[in-house]
Parts: sequence; structure tokens; C-alpha cells
Amino acid sequence: MTLLFNLMAQSLQMLLVLALAPLLIGFVRKLKARLLRRTGPPIIQPWLDLIRLLRKEVVLADNASWLYRAAPYLIFAMIWVAASLVPTFATGLTFSWSADLIAIIALLGSARFFLALAGMDIGTSFGGIGSSREAMFGSLAEPAMMMIVFTVSFVAGTTQLSEIAAYMAGNLELRASVGMALVALLIVAIAENGRIPVDNPATHLELTMVHEAMVLEYSGRYLALIELASALKLLLYLSLIACVFFPVGLASHDAGVEAMMIGLCAYILKLAIGGGALALFETSTAKMRIFRVPDFLGAGLMLGLLATLLVFVTRSL
Amino acid sequence: MPLYLALTSVSALLAVGVYAIVDRRNHDVSRNVYRLCIGLCGVIFLAAVMPRGAHVVSTTLPLGLPWIGMHFRIDVLTAFFLAVVNLGGAAASAYAIGYGAHEKEPMRVLPFYPAFLAGMNLVVLADDAFTFLVAWEFMSLASWALVLTHHHEEENRRAGFVYLLMASFGGFALLMAFGVLGGVGGAYDFASIRESTKAGWTSGLVLALALIGMGSKAGLAPLHIWLPLAHPAAPSHVSALMSGVMTKVAVYGFIRVVFDLLGPPAFWWSVEPMTFGAASALIGVLFATIQSDLKKLLAYSTIENIGVIFIALGLALAFKANGMALPAALAFTAALFHVFNHSLFKSLLFFGAGAVLNASGERSIERLGGLIHAMPKTAFLFLGGCVAIAALPPLNGFVSEWLVFQAILLSPALPQWTVKLLVPAVGVALALSAALGAGCYIRAYGVAFLGRPRSEAARRAHDPDRWSLGAMAVLLTLCLIAGLLPSLLIDTISPVAKDFVGARMPTQAELSWLSIAPIAESRSSYNGLLVFLFILFSAYSARWVIHKFGATRSRRAPAWDCGYIEASPMTQYTGSSFAQPIRRTLGVIAFSVQERLDMPAPGDTRAARLSVDIKDRIFDYLYAPLTRAVESCAERLNVLSLMTIQEYLALVFAALVFLLVLVAI
Repeated sequence: MTLLFNLMAQSLQMLLVLALAPLLIGFVRKLKARLLRRTGPPIIQPWLDLIRLLRKEVVLADNASWLYRAAPYLIFAMIWVAASLVPTFATGLTFSWSADLIAIIALLGSARFFLALAGMDIGTSFGGIGSSREAMFGSLAEPAMMMIVFTVSFVAGTTQLSEIAAYMAGNLELRASVGMALVALLIVAIAENGRIPVDNPATHLELTMVHEAMVLEYSGRYLALIELASALKLLLYLSLIACVFFPVGLASHDAGVEAMMIGLCAYILKLAIGGGALALFETSTAKMRIFRVPDFLGAGLMLGLLATLLVFVTRSL
Repeated sequence: MPLYLALTSVSALLAVGVYAIVDRRNHDVSRNVYRLCIGLCGVIFLAAVMPRGAHVVSTTLPLGLPWIGMHFRIDVLTAFFLAVVNLGGAAASAYAIGYGAHEKEPMRVLPFYPAFLAGMNLVVLADDAFTFLVAWEFMSLASWALVLTHHHEEENRRAGFVYLLMASFGGFALLMAFGVLGGVGGAYDFASIRESTKAGWTSGLVLALALIGMGSKAGLAPLHIWLPLAHPAAPSHVSALMSGVMTKVAVYGFIRVVFDLLGPPAFWWSVEPMTFGAASALIGVLFATIQSDLKKLLAYSTIENIGVIFIALGLALAFKANGMALPAALAFTAALFHVFNHSLFKSLLFFGAGAVLNASGERSIERLGGLIHAMPKTAFLFLGGCVAIAALPPLNGFVSEWLVFQAILLSPALPQWTVKLLVPAVGVALALSAALGAGCYIRAYGVAFLGRPRSEAARRAHDPDRWSLGAMAVLLTLCLIAGLLPSLLIDTISPVAKDFVGARMPTQAELSWLSIAPIAESRSSYNGLLVFLFILFSAYSARWVIHKFGATRSRRAPAWDCGYIEASPMTQYTGSSFAQPIRRTLGVIAFSVQERLDMPAPGDTRAARLSVDIKDRIFDYLYAPLTRAVESCAERLNVLSLMTIQEYLALVFAALVFLLVLVAI
């Protein structure tokens, strides 16, 4: 019975993240439009777009190989699995121990690997430009992320996300190192999701684009999968920030239905706040030059390193 | 029994080398040699993994120096490295059955190849300093001969010269190291060395010498300069052996001396391996990222991986010195796990590079492209190798890197400030090199195998023969198994950790669902199998949903490319353009780059030129002054060769008196 309940909670989480991810994108878009005094499309528009894309035929470039056709499924599967392993409304779900925080980041790295390869498969210069820049961002964002993991797990004494969330919920106190890690994580999250000021998710024909350049040749169901995957990635980062730094309302896996409902409401509230903050931030800044991005990400890396060193120093005093 | 089996097979390997010379007119000699090598490597592999009866088996053969003899021994560490060496050896031999048929001068490979295998095995089996050094030099010389296989090319001759120079330098350092270890009494078998007491300064000196000697063979920065020259110069199966296996023999030597012979460590021993390991990891991966020669790229990436291994070994030393046995076991296991992993995927990648080289005649990725269409099977296997070496789950490279990170996360408990502050810095270097490694292999695979062919040769390429493909497929399968079921390998390594750092990781096979947890499940755990199954399940359910409810039609058309008309394949992103952002942002760590733009004035119709000059800082600031110093010394000492006989005698006398005074003090 317990096992069944646990499995249900786990599957619920998998479906929940899948359902919420496009809505989050729609919410951010709507808010951005309202901030610019436009009406904007309805919040469910991304879902409608996805369904439309699924029904369209795929136009494959002549040169596309099997890797190009397999990559969307792989990318989607990897990001979906990663997103389902981050605690959203409850901690310690059945499969949460199958990958810790480092493994989740590495899964995102795998998805990036295949996306960048898919960008190069057709043999156009746009794909190459996107992949090359993605590789550069990744080689700075991933170490920064690792430094954040170091800080958080030095503080909590574990790399299991559920345990980290439980520790953070139990020890609510202000720490300079954790604050620095939070800022670093925000920087990484913006870069990893290709949001302004690093990349503009709304552009389609601009020489500074990164993510859109890699997926330029995709169409139909493949494009739908990739769009869904990138929506899931944004949701994943927001869930990660919420569960590590604001673990308020998170239910434990054996806490019963009522606590889980509270957790769910808290989670959706947190997502709304996160999405709102993102929309506000995006409307108030401009995109930066491509070679300024390493400085931006380097700041994230240095903050992460400082936070790590700070934990080291304060721990032993 | 296993020891004699191994020794007999090693002598049989030497005999195979002789056979190759005797039977050189036979057409089938190449096949026969490689077949015999597979068999003999298989036998030694079995000897390594079979139950030994006693924990340690040793023997003394009446060879070599009179009254001393040659000592051989198999313990858990030897057995592990024998297995690694011979697995790599058997795979390389299988690959070479097909690949070796294309060799134009087989007599420059065949006699030395079995000798090289025998040399590596002997180093691992040796149980006294004399045997170890003889086997070490034998291995170096055999591999040197193999590096010079294609000696007609100027570049390869230079590689051979640099290799010989560095190998003799390293051998010299090892000679001194064992000299200091053996002491004035001259007890050179490992058993006596192990029992003797060492003064504080001795262990520091031996550690430094061992790091120089073994590190120069393993390719530890800054002693790595020969490696990217020599490894690619050899035929590809030999490159695979040199990169995948011989560097591991050097790691074995380091472990044997530092973890075994030197006795209980002090905490500062960990500083050197960690510092140089971190430097190697970063320098290696940055140079790999800018290489356009596929085999050189792989060689530089070996330097990176050796760096990772030495970081883990340094951590193990730090933990062991502080009596933290369990974290030490974790770091040590991580190092050996990475040794095993790297020997698998580096061999696989070199085999792939060899297949590409054979099929297209090209080593430069800038003239390749689209090989995924021309050589589909090789492309698939090479992709597997890239995913594994880029440390991406669910393959094996990730597991060892994850274990190293877990070991780093235990470091705040270390009491010494030096190590405490060093470890986070090493952690950044490791994280950076892992991320850059992924970028490096995206570039290598994307430029060489994806896109459109950039040359006629790349268009006409084809998959290699069955033997070569089979060897690659076996290695990829092993990578997959090690990645999905890491608990098996960790439990295999555990006895080694028990003997060499005094503890073992918790038995992983007892954990539910075949997951691994280095310390405790509440602290960290990873389950490659489950993650893999999850990914498969998600991908297939997505596919099922789409095919059930969505459209399944697809149509081929020219690439969209934002509406531009399809341009020539030469307009694709090249390897150097791909690496340019990384070179600009992070390249300063390792090299100095000078870009010169020659822009014609308006109205001038000549083409603009951009030339990029990349210089190795280590070469410029360390080796170039050293070479100049040696040359000027030689110039000055030249007068000594023009002396009369009386002056010579006076000089000899003075030197003798000086040395006697030195000994007397």
C-alpha cells in the first residue's frame, strides 16, 4: 500500500512537471506582455502551440542523420527525468535517490551534449554557431553549478536533493555563503535557459542567438519535443531554487495526502513568484554582447567559489 | 600458479616477437602475431582474475643480476592492473588483425608490438627495483621503436627524439628514486624496501622523484610535452595502447611506490599530486579543445584524464595521512575506477580515429565531416566513446568523476589548512575540465562525423573490417556495463583499497536496486541502471504518444538555414571556429594566442588573412630556457675534450678526491 502510494506520488510528480512546464512559459510570456502594456497570448498558448506542432508533418533536411532524429527524444527524456528527480511538492519520493544533485546536473549536461550535436548535424553555419556558443556557455555554467553544489552540500552534508531540502527547512538561518550560492545559481539559471540578458528566447533571426540557432532546422514533432524540453528545463531550475533555498511547505514523502496538497499549492505559488521575478527582470534589462556573457558567467563561477571557500573557513572555526 | 602462468605467457609474448622476425616472408605473419597476442593477453587476464589461493603470490627467478635474481609477485593491485593492461592489449590486438593489414612496413611494428605488451606486463609483475627498472626501460624502448614506425615523416622523427629524451629523463629520476629507497645497504627487492625505515627527507625526495619519473611517462603536466607528439605518431592500435594502457602502467608505478613502498604517508604528500593533477587536467583539456588533428586531440585528452586520476590519488593520500580510512578508500577507488574507464574509452576512441584515418587518409577534422553517413557503424561506436569520456550519464566516465566529486565533498573534515584550501581549487579545476571535456568532444564529433563532407576523401570513406568494429563494440559494451552496474566494479576494486589505504568502501552489491552509495545512502547515491531505464522509458513513451496522437509523416527537403541558398560545405563551422569562443575566454590559462589580421586597404582586391599563432607557455618558459642552458653548458664544457692526457688524469684525480670527501662527510 505504501509502495503504491509512493509510486503514485512519483508518477504524479512526473506528470505534474510535464503539465506545468509549458504553462510556466505561458505565464512568463503573458506577464512580460502585460508589463509592456500588451494583452499577450493566453497562458495555455504554449500547450496549444505544442499540440499544433505535433500534428504537423516534419520537414527533414536532406543531410539529416539518425542522430538528428533521435536527439529530440533523448533530450526530452533526459530533461524530463532530471526534472522529475527534483523535489517539487514533496521530498524523498520513491526514485529520488537514484540520482543526486551532481547526477541531475550531469543529465542536463548530456542533454546539452546531444542538442549541440544535433545543431551540427545538418551542416549549416547557423547550427555550428549555436553549438559553439552553447559549448562555451556550458563550459562556464557547469563549473559554476558545481561550486553551488559544493557550497550547498558542505552546508547540508549531503548531495541528495531531498536531504538538502529537509536540512534547509530544518535550519532556517541566514548564511552569507548560501546567499552567494543563490545569486550564483540565479546567474547560472538565466544562462542555462537562454533568457535575457544572455540569450533572447523570442528571437529567431539574429546573429547573437544561441539556443534558437541550434534548433533552427527542427520542425513538427521534433520541434515540439525540444520546446517542451526547454520549458521543462526552466521549470527544473525554478524548482531547484525553490527546493534548496525556499523549502517552505515541502511535504515529506510519508506525510499523507493533506500535507502533499499544501506542498502542491506552495509549489505552484513559488513557481508563480519565480516566473514573475523572471518576467520583471527580463523586461528591465537588455541583451548583452556575446563576449560579455563569459564575464557574467565568470562572476557566477567566482561567487560559487567564494561561497565554497567561505563554508570551508566558517566550518572549521 | 597464476604467477607462473603469467610469466610463461610474457615469455611467450617475447617469443612471438622473435617469430615475427623469423617468419617475416609469410603473408599471414601479421594476422598470426596479433592472434597470438590476443590469446596470450587473454591468458594473462585470466591469470589476473583467477583465484590465487594465497593473498600474495611471489617467486624469484635466477635471472638478471647474479645472487639477487628477479623477483615477481602478484597481489591485488598487480592483479587489477594486469587485468587492465591485458584487456587493453587483447582489444588492441583484435583491432589490429584488421587494421594491421594496411601497414606498409609491417616489420617495423610486428617484432616490437608483442615486446611492448610483454614490457608493460613485466613492469606490473616486478617485485624488485632492478626488475622494475629493466622492464620499465624495455617498455619505453619498445614503444619508442613503435613511435618510429612511420619514420619517413620528419614530424615523427622529432616525436621519437623528444620521447626518447623524456623517457631517459624519467628513467633517470626513477633510478635515483629507487637508489634512495634502497639506501646504502642496497636492498633492492620490494619486500626489504617496504620494511626499512625511511627518514623524513627521504620520503619527500622519493615522492618528488617518483612523481617526475612516473609522471613523465603518464603525461603529467609539465612533463607532458612528448605525449601529444609521440602517441599520435604510432599506428593507431599502438596509440591506443600507449594512451590507454601505458599511462596506466605509470599510474601503477606511482601507486606502488607512494602507497606501498614509502610506508605511511604524511599529509603534505598529497599536495604535489593534486596540484600537478589539476594543472594537467586543465592544460590537457584546453589543448585538446583547440586541436584539429584527431589523434593529437585524443592524446591531449589523455593528459586531462591522467590529471583526474592523480587528483583522486592525491585526495586518497590526504585522507589516509589523517587516518580517515573510509574517504581514502573512496578516493582511491575513484582513481582506480577512472584508470579502468579511461583504458576502455581511450582505446575505443583511438580505434575509431584509426578507422577514420584508414578510410579517408585524414587526421585533421577540418577536412572531414559527414562521416555518420559514410561510416555509420564507426560513427555510432565513436559517439559512445565520446559520451563516455565526456563524463555524461549513464555511461562509465560519469561514475568515476562522480566518485571523485564525492571524495572532494568529504574534504572539509581534513585538519590541515594547506590541503583544506587546496581542495576547493582542485575541485574548480576538475569541474572546469569536465565541462570543457564535454565541449571538446562535441567539437570533435560534430566537426568530423556530422554535417556535410568537406573533402572527397571524407565522402568516400567506409566502415572498417569486422575485427576492428568488433574490438570497438566490445569496448563500448564494457563502458556501458561499467556505467550501468558500477557496483560490480567498485566491489572488485575494494580489496585493493583495503590493502593500500586500509579500508574499503561499503559493499555495494548489498544495496537495493544495484545503486551505489559511497558512504551512506542518505549522503549520496547514484543508480546508473535506473537512470538509464528511466531515460529509455521516457523516450519511448514520448514516441508512443506522438505516434498514437500526432502526425508521423516526414518529408525530405533542402536545409532551411534561415532561407539562405545552400552554400558549399566549406562554409560549415570548422573546428577552429568552433573552439574560438572557448579559446578566447579560457585559453589564457594554458597558452598565449596571437591573432594577426591582414586587412587590405579599400580598393585593394587581395584577400584578407587572419592568422592565429598559438604558443605553449610551458614549452616557451620551461623547456626553451632549459634547452638553451644545456646547449650553452655543453659549449663551455667543450674545452674539456681538448685537454692533454696529464690534464685528464689530474681531472680524474680531483673528481675522485671530491667524491671520497663527500662520502666521508
